[in-house]
Amino acid sequence: MVSQVKVVAGRAVPLVGDDIDTDRIIPARYLKAITFDGLGGGAFIDDRQALKGEHPFDQPQYQGARILIVNRNFGCGSSREHAPQALAKWGIQGLIGESFAEIFFGNCVAMGIPCVTGEALVVKKLQELVTASPLGEVILDLDTLQVQIGDYTAPVLIGEGSRKMFVSGSWDACGQLVANTDQIQGTAAKLPYISWAAIG
Amino acid sequence: MSKGTLFDKVWDLHTVGTLPSGLTQLFIGLHLIHEVTSPQAFAMLRERGLKVLFPERTIATVDHIVPTDNQARPFGDRLAEEMIEALEKNCQENDITFYNIGSGSQGIVHVIAPELGLTQPGMTIACGDSHTSSHGAFGAIAFGIGTSQVRDVLASQTLALSKLKVRKIKVNGVLKPGVYAKDVILHIIRTLGVKGGVGYAYEYAGTTFEQMNMEERMTVCNMAIEGGARCGYINPDQVTYDYLKNKDFAPKGADWDQALAWWESIRSDANAEYDDIVVFDAAKIPPTVTWGITPGQGIGINQKIPSPEELLEEDRLIAEEAYRYMDLYPGQPIEGTKIDVCFIGSCTNGRLSDLREAAKIAQGRRVAEGVKAFVVAGSERVKKAAEAEGLDKIFQEAGFEWREPGCSMCLAMNPDKLQGRQISASSSNRNFKGRQGSSTGRTLLMSPAMVATAAIKGEVADVRELL
Repeated sequence: MVSQVKVVAGRAVPLVGDDIDTDRIIPARYLKAITFDGLGGGAFIDDRQALKGEHPFDQPQYQGARILIVNRNFGCGSSREHAPQALAKWGIQGLIGESFAEIFFGNCVAMGIPCVTGEALVVKKLQELVTASPLGEVILDLDTLQVQIGDYTAPVLIGEGSRKMFVSGSWDACGQLVANTDQIQGTAAKLPYISWAAIG
Repeated sequence: MSKGTLFDKVWDLHTVGTLPSGLTQLFIGLHLIHEVTSPQAFAMLRERGLKVLFPERTIATVDHIVPTDNQARPFGDRLAEEMIEALEKNCQENDITFYNIGSGSQGIVHVIAPELGLTQPGMTIACGDSHTSSHGAFGAIAFGIGTSQVRDVLASQTLALSKLKVRKIKVNGVLKPGVYAKDVILHIIRTLGVKGGVGYAYEYAGTTFEQMNMEERMTVCNMAIEGGARCGYINPDQVTYDYLKNKDFAPKGADWDQALAWWESIRSDANAEYDDIVVFDAAKIPPTVTWGITPGQGIGINQKIPSPEELLEEDRLIAEEAYRYMDLYPGQPIEGTKIDVCFIGSCTNGRLSDLREAAKIAQGRRVAEGVKAFVVAGSERVKKAAEAEGLDKIFQEAGFEWREPGCSMCLAMNPDKLQGRQISASSSNRNFKGRQGSSTGRTLLMSPAMVATAAIKGEVADVRELL
């Protein structure tokens, strides 16, 4: 179930805008379900309808893109994992941006989708390059921490702990966490409040 | 790097170990779940053949999808019914306590855990909801998580996390009349920006917070996430202990004495070191209203909507987007903006003291013609307490609807929604595009008293005129 994520390569889609929140990525009405199925069609649905076909997710040149290039504070707001799930079901496997909201970033790690950051000017340049040549391949390399489009190469960043989880294939932390049950019980036993009152 | 803060102490006490990635495996003392972000997590557990490791440390309620008018089962909305049934089944199969509708203790997850005394100082608290930061009001380290992480907590009662930096936000002084906890947090977010807190835990300190009651402190911590900080907290003090004493799940007898000593010990040290410190003066905080599409786009009630030139360059792009979406323009006063819908409630401002402040404004007055105004108590207990004081009568006589508890029109996953381009005055926490159920609906965030004022006047107005 766990697999290494060292390189994400493919076509990219630029989405210009700051503070794009998770309500915009997937509106709350799409959360009325007990599975993550069928979220792909809802990605940015209200923005897409407002832009009548002009949203990058609707433009023909970006269909099949794997890398989403965004600006500042992408994924702010709600903790809904439905947001990255919707992006993943649309086809996104990696994100490059100026900055990401923390819960969104954590959700992406847990799903094996790296979110790397670059300087504002680098991100702007990447968005321009992709807009000019939407069919060009973008290579996001977590080993070298570089992104490459044609002959343009730029450095990107991701927290070292998260990077290690991707390249070693341990981004799905569940197995590792469960394996430490004895230590977990030990930590719990030392917390005074565990014994004060039965809560559940 | 911070040292000696409550955050550092609680983090260390809950550290199980360091994972190969370098991330910390952190024990979660209290896990709260609801119907929206948990069903997929239980499905993942089943797929992997895992069991809930500490079922007694997970507590469930239903809040996001519940109708606030007719709560008879099955719900009219088939999908909502499917979600509550899934939660009932998952709780039953995994031996998890569930505060269901009609239990007397159901409500918004961030309202019920504190009122039951589940939320306590020194705990780590996680929930698949970004407003989990609310619980930091008690001196807990509380934060929102996604569904895969809900799975991790169910399976291991732990999470893989990297430690946050700590920023102290100090507000000193007395708030002016008509200025509430909501205004304080809107002012902080407006000043530090919606991404200013990314990478930080916020410690709210200073005399202004010390003077606040627990419900006001929860309003402040609730919106830490709107400023980008995944968690915000206030050191526990006598106000905290007085609130907790005799609550259902608060420690009792000898445990209480032990608890008091432990809670005092985890407070930030007087010489604690912080990664950053920001200072505000309470007297300078005005009643605050948002005009745009992020909680950081706020202004004082008597101010005008800022022009791009008045904003930092990095805030101009989103401001341009906000002018267009809101149909509000630079230089326009926010006061006098016509309102269609008034919503009082949510995990930010749906507690008893919030309803009391709004009722003071509503008492003996009438909701303006053409305005739909409704009040949604945060929990069954809040509703009952408010009715015992006659607040329901005050609201109803003024023309407000009095509803059953739930998240309601904060995010409109139930039938309470804006229609078309309606504009709402809302005591909730988010003014994102489409947030309140219409893809073109517009939201102005403000304190409950200001929402009540808007309902009476039919437009955004200064609460101080009705005090």
